[in-house]
Amino acid sequence: MAYEKVNELNLKETELCLGLPGRKEEVKEEQDVSCVRSNNKRQFEETRDEEESKPPTKTQIVGWPPVRSYRKNNSVSYVKVSMDGAPYLRKIDLKTYKNYPELLKALENMFKFTIGEYCEREGYKGSGFVPTYEDKDGDWMLVGDVPWDMFSSSCKRLRIMKGSEASALDSSSL
Amino acid sequence: MREDNLEMSENVERYLQLDPRSAAISQPPSSSSSAAAFVSPANKSRNCNSPCPDHVLENVLENVLQFLTSKCDRNAVSLVCKSWWRVEAQTRFEVFIGNCYSLSPDRLTHRFKRVRSLVLKGKPRFADFNLMPPNWGAQFAPWVAATAKAYPWLEKVHLKRMFVTDDDLALLAESFPGFKELTLVCCEGFGTSGIAIVANKCRQLKVLDLIESEVTDGEVDWISCFPEGETQLKSLSFDCVDSSINFKALEGLVVRSPFLEKLRTNRFVSLDELHRLMVRAPQLTSLGTGSFSPEDVSQGEQEPDYAAAFRACKSLVCLSGFKEFTPEYLPAISPVCANLTSLNFSYANISPDMLKPIIRNCHNIRVFWALDSICDEGLQAVAATCKELRELRVFPFDPREDSEGPISEVGFQAISEGCRKLESILYFCQRMTNGALTAMSENCPDLTVFRLCIMGRHRPDHVTGKPMDEGFGAIVKNCKKLTRLAVSGLLTDEAFSYIGEYGKLIRTLTVGFAGDSDMALRYVLEGCPKLQKLEIRDSPFGDVGLRSGMHRYYNMRFLWMSSCTLSRGGCRDVAHDLSNVVVEVFGSDDDDDDDFTRDYVETLYMYRSLDGPRKDAPKFVTIL
Repeated sequence: MAYEKVNELNLKETELCLGLPGRKEEVKEEQDVSCVRSNNKRQFEETRDEEESKPPTKTQIVGWPPVRSYRKNNSVSYVKVSMDGAPYLRKIDLKTYKNYPELLKALENMFKFTIGEYCEREGYKGSGFVPTYEDKDGDWMLVGDVPWDMFSSSCKRLRIMKGSEASALDSSSL
Repeated sequence: MREDNLEMSENVERYLQLDPRSAAISQPPSSSSSAAAFVSPANKSRNCNSPCPDHVLENVLENVLQFLTSKCDRNAVSLVCKSWWRVEAQTRFEVFIGNCYSLSPDRLTHRFKRVRSLVLKGKPRFADFNLMPPNWGAQFAPWVAATAKAYPWLEKVHLKRMFVTDDDLALLAESFPGFKELTLVCCEGFGTSGIAIVANKCRQLKVLDLIESEVTDGEVDWISCFPEGETQLKSLSFDCVDSSINFKALEGLVVRSPFLEKLRTNRFVSLDELHRLMVRAPQLTSLGTGSFSPEDVSQGEQEPDYAAAFRACKSLVCLSGFKEFTPEYLPAISPVCANLTSLNFSYANISPDMLKPIIRNCHNIRVFWALDSICDEGLQAVAATCKELRELRVFPFDPREDSEGPISEVGFQAISEGCRKLESILYFCQRMTNGALTAMSENCPDLTVFRLCIMGRHRPDHVTGKPMDEGFGAIVKNCKKLTRLAVSGLLTDEAFSYIGEYGKLIRTLTVGFAGDSDMALRYVLEGCPKLQKLEIRDSPFGDVGLRSGMHRYYNMRFLWMSSCTLSRGGCRDVAHDLSNVVVEVFGSDDDDDDDFTRDYVETLYMYRSLDGPRKDAPKFVTIL
């Protein structure tokens, strides 16, 4: 039998399983728990946490899926950001942001300005700066109109317009 | 007869009750055969007729054997008789050792006297996925020490999953004046200092390929260490070196390397820097594009004409890199698309819309690697254009078990319908069906490598809810050339019965989270005669299953079983009964050393060896 009393703890008793207590465990369930590659002490701690907080979820499995570590966290793609009047272009990785507020805040920090409030009908009001982006079709769009995921996968580059050009993109022309 | 024979000591032969001739026929050809073909020279003369060598005949033979390059053929030749063995040993210039622990360096140098090229493989593949504690072994040091003395004319070293130190590289650079090719794949233990010494001292260097290796940043400007004057460099790959480089020195190096064909840069080379390199080396056939993202540029500045640089590279057939790519520059590669035979986008988060305009010109692509960010739609585009595709690898952008998974059986089936010449596939997904696997088995009869990873463990066919048995069954049944198979998803013992029944050419089998019982393991071990490498994790196989392969382990390179249901006693019995097989067991790092009461075996790694258990095993490894 793979599992035995280790360190005086009968881990079988505290092991998570889907059936009633006292029934014979299936090998498969044994495997589910043994997948956690650690010694039995750590396993015990983890199962206890799970019992307390939430329904059984899969614990972290070492080396699964089998992707070498240098491949993970590797896919970065930068999008160029320009701001009218600024001498340098910048680059950002859209994947580091989860939504529009995060992105806009980052842009504000990067170029030291404020964007103003967005509303669907009228675009950005208040600052004279308008964040726009070029999408996969080559069209220049207002940042914020489409859902975030759609934006982040189709955005090719960003441009923060200001002044007269900005007003041309106001609600009247969109 | 193209088959190898594992030369065994007399004890082992008696145990297996094989006579030399039938042993020769029953063993499968093996790529680890050079280890297998070693013979203890003293005892046997098999079918040898004359007691003393005929020198004339040996000279003739030597001239003939020069033409034999295949290791299978050479191993067969070496078994004919003692005289042939001797001549073959004199004329073997390339030695391949599939498991560095299957023999000692001394045995190598005693038998082969004129080695010019050495290929050595160390750790088993599952070490790549953190299933092996660090410092397990596979050190290059004893090998470089032995070969430094025995083969001063050594030209080529190719290492995979070995532990290589800077000192080892220094010894290599100093010991082999004619050294030409160094290839390190999935290696670790060395840094920029070691590379610098090789660059500086190996004046005949043609190939310096560092592939998927971990290189410590010693902050040494190794690129500047190449000597002045024209170099012999044909191939320079440093895309895995994750430290900045002296671009000016690199540019100078490229300029004085007229024979340079392959250049794989790392992510610290920006797009504009790449441009400068391409302009100076339009003869390149293979280019690793580095970051593929320009430096922060001033707004008004004129950008280089990247497309023109690509257009000028008329011989370019292989592109990779794109490590931090900026999408708007992707179209710059369009001029070379029609010539490309190999395209690696697997570091680039490319969407279907980015891919489609590029791939529609890639009619000649044979090898395509990408992330699943291309979605089923992207795969359909590949299927529509890439009729010459031989190898496809699709990696997960989000490699987690419960990730969304943008590709499925839809893209998979499209590929099978469009790319009929497919030979090798590696596919990570979250949803798959038996129907799609069956379709591929019927559409792509040339498949030799089939590796499917359904990332969610134990996932059934997502349409029917059934196990994936039938799909994999179709693959092994219809793909008659299949030599490598990796299975996943919900699989019962039935899947393994299919593998045992039809997988007659399978040499490498990878199993994880699959099967119901020892029968599964038994089907495979009894049914697959060519099986060389068997790697299993987290499956309900125990001592009974292990024993069912006793007749096979001498003919295999290795067996790996981790997080199965093996007991120490069961493994010990195997070790006892198979004297030329080394049985290593080890657990996770924090196992207590003296916890001998533990009967459960976390990891079993066993392999045949001519020289007994290794002497460099770390504390956490027990050799039974």
